[in-house]
Formats: sequence, C-alpha cells, structure tokens
Amino acid sequence: MNETFYDVMRRQGITRRSFLKFCSLTAASLGLSPAFAPKIAHAMETKPRIPVLWLHGLECTCCSESFIRSGHPLAKDVILSMLSLDYDDTIMAAAGHNAEAIVDEIVEKYKGNYILAVEGNAPLAEDGMYCIIGGKPFVEQLKYAAESCKAIISWGSCASWGCVQAAKPNPTRATPTHKIPGLADKPIIKVPGCPPIAEVMTAVVAYLLTFEKLPTLDKQGRPQMFYSQRIHDKCYRRPHFDAGQFVEHWDDEGARQGHCLYKMGCKGPTTYNACSTVRWNEGVSFPIQAGHGCIGCSEDGFWDKGGFYERLSDINDFSIEANADAVGGTAAAVVGVGIAAHAGLTALNRSKKTGANQTGADQQ
Amino acid sequence: MTVTKTPNGFNLNDAGRRVIVDPVTRIEGHMRCEVNIDDDNIIRNAISSGTMWRGLEVILKGRDPRDAWAFVQRICGVCTGTHALTSVRAVEDALKIKIPENANSIRNLMQLSLQVQDHLVHFYHLHALDWVNPVNALKADPVATSALQQKISPHNPKSSPGYFRDTQNRLLKFVESGQLGPFKNGYWTNPAYLLPPEADLMAVTHYLEALDFQKDIMKIRTIFGGKDPHPNWLVGGVPCAINIDGVGANGAINMERLNLVSSIIDRTIDFIDQVYIPDLLAIAGFYKGWMYGGGISGQSLLSYGDIPDKANDYSTANLLMPRGAIINGDLTKVHEVDLTDPEQIKEFIPHSWYKYPDDSLGLHPWDGVTEPNYKLGLNTKGDRTHIKELDEAAKYSWIKAPRWRGHAMEVGPLARYVIGYAQGNKEITEQINFVIKTLDVPVTALFSTLGRTAARGLEAQWAAGKMRYFMDKMVANIKSGDLATANVAKWDPETWPGSVKGVGFTEAPRGALGHWLKIENTKIANYQCVVPTTWNGSPRDEQGNIGAFEAALMNTKVERPEEPVEILRTLHSFDPCLACSTHIISPDGTELTQVKVR
Repeated sequence: MNETFYDVMRRQGITRRSFLKFCSLTAASLGLSPAFAPKIAHAMETKPRIPVLWLHGLECTCCSESFIRSGHPLAKDVILSMLSLDYDDTIMAAAGHNAEAIVDEIVEKYKGNYILAVEGNAPLAEDGMYCIIGGKPFVEQLKYAAESCKAIISWGSCASWGCVQAAKPNPTRATPTHKIPGLADKPIIKVPGCPPIAEVMTAVVAYLLTFEKLPTLDKQGRPQMFYSQRIHDKCYRRPHFDAGQFVEHWDDEGARQGHCLYKMGCKGPTTYNACSTVRWNEGVSFPIQAGHGCIGCSEDGFWDKGGFYERLSDINDFSIEANADAVGGTAAAVVGVGIAAHAGLTALNRSKKTGANQTGADQQ
Repeated sequence: MTVTKTPNGFNLNDAGRRVIVDPVTRIEGHMRCEVNIDDDNIIRNAISSGTMWRGLEVILKGRDPRDAWAFVQRICGVCTGTHALTSVRAVEDALKIKIPENANSIRNLMQLSLQVQDHLVHFYHLHALDWVNPVNALKADPVATSALQQKISPHNPKSSPGYFRDTQNRLLKFVESGQLGPFKNGYWTNPAYLLPPEADLMAVTHYLEALDFQKDIMKIRTIFGGKDPHPNWLVGGVPCAINIDGVGANGAINMERLNLVSSIIDRTIDFIDQVYIPDLLAIAGFYKGWMYGGGISGQSLLSYGDIPDKANDYSTANLLMPRGAIINGDLTKVHEVDLTDPEQIKEFIPHSWYKYPDDSLGLHPWDGVTEPNYKLGLNTKGDRTHIKELDEAAKYSWIKAPRWRGHAMEVGPLARYVIGYAQGNKEITEQINFVIKTLDVPVTALFSTLGRTAARGLEAQWAAGKMRYFMDKMVANIKSGDLATANVAKWDPETWPGSVKGVGFTEAPRGALGHWLKIENTKIANYQCVVPTTWNGSPRDEQGNIGAFEAALMNTKVERPEEPVEILRTLHSFDPCLACSTHIISPDGTELTQVKVR
C-alpha cells in the first residue's frame, strides 16, 4: 500500500508523458479547467487513497446500509478521506458501461494494489445467470476483479458463509467468496454478520490502512479482534444466566427485569461476534438488550441450525477462556449437567413466586 | 421493426437505436434497462429487466412460521424490517393473534422511522446525483450559497458562508486528488444538469449532512429491535419489554430509552423540515420544465395502506396511510382493495423467466407457482451468458408481472399521495397544495418523475410527524398502566389449528407489499410475497401491457444517448429495489428443475 499511483503506472511501463495526459483527461472529464491537471498529478505522485471495488452479488444490501450507519469513523470520512471507493453500484454516480469501465481501469492501473470488497455472493447454478451484471454472470465480474486485487474483504454472512439464499435447499447454489473456484488462495478477510456491526466494518478498514497489514485472522478467516469470543462471554445478562434467572415467556416479569434469554432460544452461547461489547448503532443497544435472543447471524449456516426460539441443546463449552479455535469436542455432557442445574434452580425460584410471572400469558 | 400499441395506451416502436444501461446503479440489487430511441433521441420502446433471483420462498417451506420474519427480512436490507413486519402480520392473521396497543405503537414507530430514513437516503444518496452536479459546486460562491440557504430555509442554523466554504474546500481537495470515488465517471459535463453552482454546493453539503444524520433515525429501531439494519421482531407483539420504574427497569424500555426516542423524533422532524423539504422544492424549481416520466401514474395506482391507528384493525378507516386503487385515471372513484380476493391480484409470467402449468394464465399469490425457466428469445443478441440485447417478445426478466384486475399498477409514495388526495385526506391534500402553490404548477404535474420524487419527500415529512403522534400515544398508554408488549397465548404451536392461511400487508417505502402464507401442521406449507418493485418493475404481461418503469421511460428525450442521465432520473424516482422484486419462489415448494452446475 506504500506504492503511489504514479509508481504503479511507471512500474507497468507507462511513460511520464502518458501519466500527465491521464491527469489532463481526468480534469477534462470533470469539466474542470486544465489548471487542475498538475494538482491531480501531484496527488497521484504522492500516496493515493487505496482504491476499493465494492461488488454486489446476491444480497439484500444490508451490509452497505450498516456501513453508512458507522459513527466512528463516519461513512463520509471513510469515503472522502480514507479510501477511494471507485466502484460500488449502490452509491456510484456512473451507470452502465461508464460503471463497468471503472472496474477495468482499476484492475489495470492498480494491479495488486486495490482492495476487493464483496457484498453478497455468486450463484453458480444456471450458468451463474441468477445474478447478471452487464449481461454476464456476476461470478465472472467477481473472478475478474479478484484476480489482481491485494486482498478481499467478504462483507457479511452472504460473502462469508452464504447466508439466507444459501439456506437449504440453496436453490441458486449461492456460494461464498472463498469457495468460488480459484479464489481460495487469495487473502480473504471474513467480516460475518447479517449485517456486520457498522463500527466493526469501518474498524477493519481503518486497521488495514493504519497498520498497513491484514488483521490477525482466526482459523475461519475472521478478524480475531472482533470474532474470537462469544456474545454470551461478555453479555451483560450473563450474571442472570449464572444465577438461573431466565425469561420464561415474552413480556413476563423476567423479561421486564432483563433476565437471561437462553430459554427463549438465544444463540449468544454459540455465536462469535462483538454485539455485546461494541453493540449496535454507536453503542445504543444490541439484540439481547432489546429483549430478543441472539439469532446467531454471524455464524456459518445459522439459518439451518434449528428454530430461532429453540433452546440450544448442543452447547459444548461455556467457559469464558475458550475461543473459537479452542472450542469443539469438549465435554458436552458436563455442560449439559450445568444447564440442567440452572434450569432446576430456576424452576425452584419460580415455584416460590407462583403467579407472579404469568403476565405475558394473561395479556390480551 | 415492430410498432405496437399496448392496451394501456403506449405506442412501442423498436426501430431506432438501442441504448442499454446495465448495471443500473444507485438502486438496491441488480437491474438492466434497454430502450430504443428515434432520430430525435426520444425513447420509443422501453424494457426493464430484473437481473437477480434468490429463491427465498422455497427456503421457507417447512420452517417454523414464527421464524419467517427473520428470513423474509433478508429479502431487503434497505427497506429493512418492512418484510419482517408484513410477515408477523401474515402469521398473526392466519393464527388470529391480537397484539397489545404498545406493540402496535412500537411497530408503527419502527415502520415510520424506516419511511423517513429510507426516503431521506434515497433522495440524497441514490437520486440527487441525477439532478445535482458535485463538480459544478466547486464554482460556487459560498456567500451566494449561504444567501440561497437562508432564503429557502430561514430556520436552518447551518447556513453561514463559512459552513459552505468548508464543504467546498473539502470537495476541492477530493477532486484534486484525482480519485473521484463514487463521483467517478459521472456525466458531469452533460447539459442536462441545470442547477446553478450555489445550489449544487448547497445540495452536496446536505448530501454529506444527510449521510451523517440518517443513521441517528435508525437508532429508534435499535432501541426497540436491538440492531439496525435487520432489527428483531416477534409474532404476537414486540420483543422489547416495558418497565418504567420497577426492579430491573434499566434493562428494558424505560424513561431514558423513551427520552432517547423522543429526542431523535424531534431532530428528525427538524431535519426534514429544514433541510430535505426546502432542498426538494429548490431543486424541483430549477427542473420544473422537465416534466417527463409520468408513465401510468396518471392512470393506475395501488396502495394497500398501513400504519394502523388502533391495534389489530386493518380496515381502511383505521389505516393512517391511504388504501385503495385508482384505474383509468378516474380520481373520482377509489376502489376497495381485497388481498384475499382471487380476482383482484394475479401474477403473470409470459415475459418472466418462470413457467406455469399454463403460461398464459395469471395466478393469485395463494395459488401461485414459481418455477424458474431461464430462457432467452430467438432475437436475443449475444448468448445465454453474455447478453448484448434482450428480446422483449420473449421472456426477459426475473420479475413477474402482477396485475390488479388486469391492470398494470404503479405503487409507492406517489400512488399513496394521489389516492389520499382523491380520498380527500386532509393532511395529504394540504401538503400537495403547498407544493403546487410553491412551485406554481398544476396538480397534474404530480404525474411525473419529479412528482414521484416530491411525493416521497412529503411522505417523509408526514411520517416524521406521525412518529411524534405514536410516541405520545404510547406514553399516554403506559401512563394509563398498560405495559404489555406481547401476547403469548398462541406462542406454543400446539395451540394452532392444523391448516390455516393468512395474509399480511404493509406499505413499504417503495409501495404496496403483501405476504401470503399457508401453515400446515405448524410448519410453513407455502409462502408468497408480492412486493413493490414487482409491481413497478414488471415486464410486459399476457395482454402486452407494459409495467410502470417501462411506461415512465416512454417518450422521454435523452440529450446524450451515451450519457442517459434522463433514464436514471426516471428509474430512480421509483427507488427500485431488485432484491425485493426477484426473491420469488414456488409456493408449493417445488424444487427447481433448471439447476445446472458449472
């Protein structure tokens, strides 16, 4: 990322004369006077903002929507001062071939020096034609842009895992970035979540730019700074779990007092994400704080892991020391006893307060 | 070459040069547009093609109906939540579940905050660059911009020359870097841009200001739903509990949370009144000679209505957002809309990449079939994975063609506003009268691209006001002692009948949205959505009627065919949402038969 745009062009054998001509053309295409050309040239000879191609496959655009909710840094500062978001079909002014030409230009001129951000995924069924860009399958655009990029950011659960369109039976054969043939060897940063937290997205970008390297990734390819611990590990309702105080029905006394949502199907104990610490929308809240269990939206295949209101029965390990890489194959039976003990304790508490917790069921 | 007159009154002529826009950008999802222009660069034929398909309804089959909201919410992350709300309403309709008043108010607050934020983001970040030239803003005198700002919005405190100079300096530095980011390759030298530099600078400044502000509106949804995009919902009410001064109130909706919501509502009202509406009117004032894009808005409009005042009453009289249908341009009669009537809403597919047992018949959503059938016409240029020109005589889109009693309909803010106006809705009529008086245009000026854009702004203003209304209503209800937010009497599937069906509806920011579902033995047997962009972006139907996008493009002059900003203007005025329109799946859960592996 230390190479300037000018360096890259020279390395590719482009003469200084052609470079200056490019700067003049850039000024002219904007309707600016020729006096702007030397200023553009100067900027390009110094350190450029790293170009980003942000492609959209099969998705719902919730990742982009999340991104613009970032409070620190603000989305406008990321776009104006940190990166050069040269292609993002959701916000870019250009359309049609003017838009497609940008992909060609960046791939050519910034070979090996641009970031590819992927939102959504490519369907491989029906020759890829469940997602068409410029008359061609999206997967072609994806592979083309990936070939010469410096690194790939897989935004959200679609690009990281497949997400909702890849839920069973995955009718379009929607395929996450790292499983697209030919892309497995690329450096890929997965930032899962449906969507990811805005400030996590911008923090990943800021990390890349500030430290000029990829963040440390866990075995699944996620930045460990945000995805190495479970929501349950740092949930403010954790003491209620430990004390056996659970919400039994929506809007019951336990719900009103903020008890643990484990019995309502909360997937916090098996979900690796930063929701309970970074929280959402500039720290305003997160799902558990607003009374609903975590649905595990940053986990691979979370759509097919049983209903969102079914109590987890396969929790392997509740110990806070365990991280995503360490968990797996630990003593499930022991933990099962732990849960049963909690449940028993709760039942005992309930029986002491008969009638006090029936509010939810009685309200019509 | 063919010349045809469509039953809905448009003369199509494909003789002239074909202009293709793919991808259409600044929309949600993926779409392609092709038009033929004559020697005077006037559009004489228009084709709108949805170019993505995800298949969500097949995925829903056999799942727990209480989970459905989370799946369908992922149809769209831009109008996030509106599908979820439609879904919980459909399940509640099927299972006859009544929700508490507080839940109704909270749902309305969430839906209204979406309307405001979505409209605001659309105007500034998806649509503005069709009218506003950011490069031209560099030529502005910040003093002139300040004077303009103070003239059009005297109460906006951010109006000093220095404020605009700061933005201009930042923009200058950005442009001088030669890295134009989102503004790269725009049509900035096109004479179709008409704003003077001082207005461009004002609009660009607000582009950035609105980007900062919109995220605050959505905090309301995070307070009640835990996160945004994609907050959490609940069949039977809302998941958040209210606890004002009891034990543990600090983990629930309490006074501090209510104050936060309230302060956001106040700031939202101010932003819409002081920034959005004045900008809208100022920009429209410079473009009011550009009266293209009416399409079918003067003929056929549809709205299901939304925002129930009292909980559980979905009748027309209780819906604050208008409901009804107008056909043949007759504003004196607003027709009743019944989503359960098999004769009213039907979907057709002769020009869509699907197959029915009989392709020529339309099907009501409860009885629909969606089996993909990707097949290009004989006159397609290119091949099946490299399309150069579509053949609109054959199948050409992943969007179906829904029709109301056989009519192609326009849905969205303009439809809601015209229907409300025709019904004599006082608030809507006052707003419309204010706009036509300010701009000095006749009411028929509404039937245009600009009219669509104006209606969206007015609706944002209306919705912000209604947020205040429901906030006050909820506080009064809490004060009366009612804290309930969920009805769990039928939470347990064991209490459900064996076989039921239901329909839920909302007015999404982009228009009428309906979900139809069948539940068999506690699982989803069938789920079908008909969404706003399916209505607006539909291809031709069996009768040859063109859809709202296609109709709106007709007869528009394109100054520079290689820079078709006029096409973008009109398409953007509908705020297309392609992920929504093309999510469809077979209601009987038929597995796809066309799957080929690369």
